[in-house]
Amino acid sequence: MGKKVLVLGEARDGQLRNVSFEAIAAGKKVAQGGEVIGVLIGVSVASLANELIQYGADRVLTVEDEKLGQYTSDGFSQAFMAVVEQEQPEGIVFGHTALGKDLSPKIAAKIGAGLISDATFVGEEDGEIVFTRPIYSGKAFEKITAKEGVVFSTVRPNNIEPLEKDTSRTGDVSEISVSITDLRTVIQDVVRKAADGVDLSEAKVIIAGGRGAKSEEGFKPLKELADVLGGAVGASRGACDADYCDYSLQIGQTGKVVTPDLYIACGISGAIQHLAGMSNSKVIVAINKDPEANIFNVADYGIVGDLFEVVPMLTEEFKKIKAAQV
Amino acid sequence: MNIYVLLKRTFDTEEKISITGGRIQDDGAEFIINPYDEYAVEEAIQIRDEIGGEVTVVSVGIDETEKQLRTALAMGADKAVLINTEDDIEEGDQYTTARIITEYLKDKEADLILAGNVAIDGGSGQVGPRVADMLGIPYITTITNIDIDGTDVTITRDVEGDSEKIKTSLPLLITCQQGLNEPRYPSLPGIMKAKKKPMEELELDDLDLEEEDVEAKTKTLDIFLPPNKAAGRVLEGDIANQVQELISLLRSEAKVI
Ligand SMILES: Cc1cc2nc3c(=O)[nH]c(=O)nc-3n(C[C@H](O)[C@H](O)[C@H](O)COP(=O)(O)OP(=O)(O)OC[C@H]3O[C@@H](n4cnc5c(N)ncnc54)[C@H](O)[C@@H]3O)c2cc1C
Repeated sequence: MGKKVLVLGEARDGQLRNVSFEAIAAGKKVAQGGEVIGVLIGVSVASLANELIQYGADRVLTVEDEKLGQYTSDGFSQAFMAVVEQEQPEGIVFGHTALGKDLSPKIAAKIGAGLISDATFVGEEDGEIVFTRPIYSGKAFEKITAKEGVVFSTVRPNNIEPLEKDTSRTGDVSEISVSITDLRTVIQDVVRKAADGVDLSEAKVIIAGGRGAKSEEGFKPLKELADVLGGAVGASRGACDADYCDYSLQIGQTGKVVTPDLYIACGISGAIQHLAGMSNSKVIVAINKDPEANIFNVADYGIVGDLFEVVPMLTEEFKKIKAAQV
Repeated sequence: MNIYVLLKRTFDTEEKISITGGRIQDDGAEFIINPYDEYAVEEAIQIRDEIGGEVTVVSVGIDETEKQLRTALAMGADKAVLINTEDDIEEGDQYTTARIITEYLKDKEADLILAGNVAIDGGSGQVGPRVADMLGIPYITTITNIDIDGTDVTITRDVEGDSEKIKTSLPLLITCQQGLNEPRYPSLPGIMKAKKKPMEELELDDLDLEEEDVEAKTKTLDIFLPPNKAAGRVLEGDIANQVQELISLLRSEAKVI
């Protein structure tokens, strides 16, 4: 007996974020053979519907209104609740992104459901859907389930494997019309700082710098290493506060939570608030002058040394390897 | 201004975590005001000092939570309310807490409610928005600046590193992000004064709530430590050799490159 599950697709710069495909994979698990319905909210979002279907959604519902061009909790909750009322879902999955974090508690409150936030794993035990999520800044994990009502979860980006894209899949796409009223908050301006290209929360390789990078200039070697590895540059709070880089690069409890395949921490001491954002990474490398630095306690491999010596060497070696591969 | 702050007593995650029987061992551990709630307390005090009014700090907690509430009073809050669920609730979740707080706040005519953007223990960031929705007022999460002019409010909000400037109005609930302010330490006179400030203690009964009304919607089945990673390897030898070794480990052993 499958469940009907709604999965919210989230676009950025006109493209669906990977976490939406991961959310569909999670939605499939929650559905236990039931129907997975992609939901798209915004202005001219219908063009994205097919991709949700190719990643596993059975059909897609869109809600379009000019008042939904920018996310607001009032606007998006009215749109999403219209879908809920029409479909009466038994499961809901969002990405645990800024939008997902902001909207999900409001929807949960409206439908009187529990909400399992920031799940890193979805599985089944004795026929019951169980989630795993980090707690205590990532120092422990909780296995948790919905007791009653709608099974509602947000999933942490880069943790749940999306399904293989199948371009031959087709499904129905239809629109629900809603009149959006009474937006009590109005966005006047958005200052986009998020750096070029790779979305940190989706990057496979991250080279992160801390106060040890010493200056804005000191981030250059990190960028060079990131470029050879096709990765992104991240930073500690310390580096952001010292103005070596922008806050949009910050990783940790206050910043982005990342789970790349490879995380190289350069000149980062490893404060708990930083670890909360990266300790789930598959492989962690620490480069730090101080052999006692806490970052070595979570690192798979460590080099005790000066990042300005080690990082350029790594870049050179990887360049050689790449050249040899061509 | 009638200002309320939602505050949680949390386990200090700087502490070592140990688990017995699927539960976090917290005997003897250090407990603190959730750091993001400290930003909320500080901001509330600054707003009151600027435009007047009263700051009431509310916590759903246990006997021991009085300590964190006293700290907030010592920082400068005017009143504290402890909704003590020690005897009534075995296992609550975010629904439980939000429902209780909403019940408490529903007739208080709050102009502004401040909460932390997330609690460092449970880490779900649900309670603020849930309460706002149940009270029927707007909310804005992860704010880094707020300006109030009459009932008009201008807010800067952190969105994954981008910043949004938002116009809204009171009544309003906000959740506080790091960067909003630098919370003060309680001063000695502040600590002395705090002892005499009002601390109201309530139970579910006083809010006309039954245990069933606030029963958790989720159930924790187990709590466990992260899978034990093989102890990290700090490489040795001269730096050039370490770099070579690291690259070969990443390619052959970890297979990430
Ligand atoms: C509520 C709250 C939330 C927070 N949220 C976050 C968050 O989201 N993210 C975050 O990162 N922090 C966060 N912090 C801050 C955190 O506690 C630390 O202060 C911060 O992470 C330290 O940054 P750092 O490691 O770069 O600097 P430091 O702790 O100063 O460490 C610098 C390191 O660089 C090493 N070093 C120096 N020179 C070199 C060199 N030439 N080569 C190699 N190594 C070198 C040093 O040995 C040292 O270990 C938060 C704090 C609070 C209170």
